[in-house]
Amino acid sequence: MLLLDENQEVLTLVTNSLKNDMNHSNASTVSLALCTFANISSEEMARDLVTEVERCLGSGNAYIRKKAALAALRCLYKVPELVDHFEGRAMGLLGDRNHGVLLTGVTLVTEMCRLVGGEPFRQAVPILVRHLKALVTTGYSPEHDVSGITDPFLQVKILRLLRMLGKDDAEASEAMNDILAQVATNTESAKNVGNSILYETVLTILEIEAESGLRVMAINILGKFLGNRDNNIRYVALNTLNKVVAMDTNAVQRHRSIILDCLRDGDISIRRRALELSYALINESNVRVLTRELLAFLEVADNEFKLGMTTQVCAAAERFAPNRRWHIDTVLRVLKLAGNFVREEVLSGFIRLIAHTVDLQSYTVFKLYTSLRADVSQESLTLAGVWVIGEFGDVLLQGGTTVGGEDEEATATTSDAVSEKDVLDLMENILLSPYTNNNIRGFVLTALTKLSTRFSDPTQLARIKKALKGFETSIELELQQRSIEFGTLLGMEGIKGGVLERMPPPEIKATVMGTVSEKRPVGSLRRDKDALLDLMGDESSTPAAAAPSAAKQQTTQDLLADIFGSNDETPAAAPSVSTPSATSAVDDIMGLFGQTSLSPQPTGASSSSYSAPPSASADLFSSLSSSPAPVAATPPPAPTPAAAAAPQQLEAYNSNGLRITLTPQRDSSNKLVVNILARFTATQPVQSVNFQAAVPKTQKLQMLAMSKTDVSPGATETQQLRVMVAAPGLADLSALAFARKALVRLRLRIAYSINGAAQQDQTDFSFPAGLMA
Amino acid sequence: MSTQLNERDNGVSFILLISRQGKVRLAKWYTTMSTRNKNKIIKDVTQLVLARRTRMCNFLEYKDSKVVYRRYASLFFVCGIGQQDNELITLEIIHRYVEVLDRYFGNVCELDLIFNFQKAYSILDELIIAGEMQESSKKSVLRAVGQSDSIEEAETSEDSLARLGSGHAR
Repeated sequence: MLLLDENQEVLTLVTNSLKNDMNHSNASTVSLALCTFANISSEEMARDLVTEVERCLGSGNAYIRKKAALAALRCLYKVPELVDHFEGRAMGLLGDRNHGVLLTGVTLVTEMCRLVGGEPFRQAVPILVRHLKALVTTGYSPEHDVSGITDPFLQVKILRLLRMLGKDDAEASEAMNDILAQVATNTESAKNVGNSILYETVLTILEIEAESGLRVMAINILGKFLGNRDNNIRYVALNTLNKVVAMDTNAVQRHRSIILDCLRDGDISIRRRALELSYALINESNVRVLTRELLAFLEVADNEFKLGMTTQVCAAAERFAPNRRWHIDTVLRVLKLAGNFVREEVLSGFIRLIAHTVDLQSYTVFKLYTSLRADVSQESLTLAGVWVIGEFGDVLLQGGTTVGGEDEEATATTSDAVSEKDVLDLMENILLSPYTNNNIRGFVLTALTKLSTRFSDPTQLARIKKALKGFETSIELELQQRSIEFGTLLGMEGIKGGVLERMPPPEIKATVMGTVSEKRPVGSLRRDKDALLDLMGDESSTPAAAAPSAAKQQTTQDLLADIFGSNDETPAAAPSVSTPSATSAVDDIMGLFGQTSLSPQPTGASSSSYSAPPSASADLFSSLSSSPAPVAATPPPAPTPAAAAAPQQLEAYNSNGLRITLTPQRDSSNKLVVNILARFTATQPVQSVNFQAAVPKTQKLQMLAMSKTDVSPGATETQQLRVMVAAPGLADLSALAFARKALVRLRLRIAYSINGAAQQDQTDFSFPAGLMA
Repeated sequence: MSTQLNERDNGVSFILLISRQGKVRLAKWYTTMSTRNKNKIIKDVTQLVLARRTRMCNFLEYKDSKVVYRRYASLFFVCGIGQQDNELITLEIIHRYVEVLDRYFGNVCELDLIFNFQKAYSILDELIIAGEMQESSKKSVLRAVGQSDSIEEAETSEDSLARLGSGHAR
């Protein structure tokens, strides 16, 4: 058995001699055969010898019965469908008086439960309960005693089987409530043996449909475990609480202080478990306390924990922050304590937070400035600091007072103005520090360039230029490129002010959530872009793509005709739309262009599409009727050719309680741009709305993010779209004329979920013609 | 080749006896896997276990299974179990094995296990089969081992007697 295993070919020869041995009259021979079988049986051997094993289960000799039970277990591991062979005999084993047979019998039945479910074995509950009761109540039995407890091995096995039988079965659970309570109260917890039984009992109570009182008792036992001096017990308790915390957070919250104490334990396994558990415990009400504790631990934590901790603490701060000020302070402390172990997402989330929190910008800049002066060894802190100083350097020069929120340190913070020289000294310090790397240098270069428009002292400006020049010969390509480009940019007086002005605050908050969390690294924005690309499909294959190049020679009318399906192109496009599998992206786009010629807009352009041969238009209509269901299901595009100028809401989509209206308005500064405001209202809660749009090739679309992706009834969420109507390359005048006549058409794709069920719809929408005039 | 340690999430998957110097004194596998895989597991687990200090808890996580170990004098008894198993009772199983060895050899030491490894294996076979405990009574285990010993003895003496007899006849 040491040298052989089930994969050896010689085993086929062994099968027959094992069979003979199992039928032997000598018990020792039979038991040896069973033992060998249980060690090396392969799938075929299990099939061949299953009847012998089954017979041995009924043997008069207890020694053989128990070996046969485990041999049967091996059969089931190898060939689960043999389970029927053992059902009757296995139940018989549960009534056995011999502890060895009982132990193996319970093990076998447990495995059978796992294979076929607890149903056929539920009738065994009373007898198991009786066995357990006997074990708990009998006094000293020398044969099976382990430090004062009778047969803990058997108790644990029975408890585990009870767990499988009581799971999702109220009646069976009811039958075992009493005995579980008895085991939980009567088992002495001074030694490891007793605790192993208590531990198994707790697991059983938590898994079955136990009474609430019993559950409280189970959690309390775990709480007691936490206070135990034995590391093993504490480890087990933390591990189990980790499973429980999802079910019943409040019960676990009660033991918070002990769990936090475990963070300081000498054993890394325990620290890790405690840390995991404390992440799970953070909620709105305790976020301040817990975060303070975690930050205190972060200071002394092992390096391998730090990355996870910074991510988790920042994520928790983001989810539960009582106010912005606290949030900023927390992230700042994280950066200070463990700036070398911060994920990029956390950093960019922080920067986004600063950009959005206008009233605290000056506070944050000063905070970062002072901490950078004190310490430049934390990479992420340096990066954040340099970026912020570059961006908001002018604030630094003004000094200012920030009144905090209801924070502990809520006193107004007054910061003295900093001189331009000090800021540049700091930047040079960073460049010279031994902790710097190319990433930091790149950030510093950008920051310096930005500062050059915020500073006015000519000597300092000269310093900036000098510092930039220093990198023109850098062997690092990125740095060299930056320094040369920025150097040139600084020479261009006309545009540098515009180029270097403050960045607009990055998109919305909701994505911050998504990007910071480890589990959902993809922000919704990125997905949007991909999906849009998808939606646009392979444009070069559409006939319209060729049109703009010919634009100059043609009148605008012809151009339009060309783009929106000229006589020649449409018949070709239509059949592909009418194919049943008209869902691929290319076909979608085809559909977009094909269908536009269907809606006879009273512009000059459409006259040419009217003159299309009748057969072609018939094709088009048929294509519409056979187009995919979502399009057919949605209401037709709002046809009201209403008053021209007034911004009006046009219904674009209304289904499943979600209504989307579009309000177009021509941009006041640029006649070629149409701003469209999409409003989302709902009659029932709609989650994770994802609204995408595509426009024909000649137009350009810019979408801002949605104000909130979850629409609740009564609330109105909005999303801004900008459509540039003109095709690039046209002379301004003709572009304007073109734009007047062009129609804004959108293909919309709406994805959302209602009550967890995902929905996706697609619809086409075109604005009434009068709109653009 | 799957690197999965366990075919199931319960039951013992291996038992190793490792000396403080990292030498394997006994290795028993309850799941079938290639020699290469076994060697890798032995190497990894040995490293993990030997690096632990005394005050630390006796449990480790290794791949998809748990490892429970306990040190007795110069030997580490290491036991791989499934995710669903009770670590505390596993410690008791290890202890039970040590107790039986101790009773059998009389104050067992590492050398006993080196020179009588076949005994160590056969005792283990009386205690654990197919990854599950088969007998909770120490006495029964010792009785069974004693019986098989006496049968073996009887057979060897019979054997030598027979050889002696046949030699005499010739």
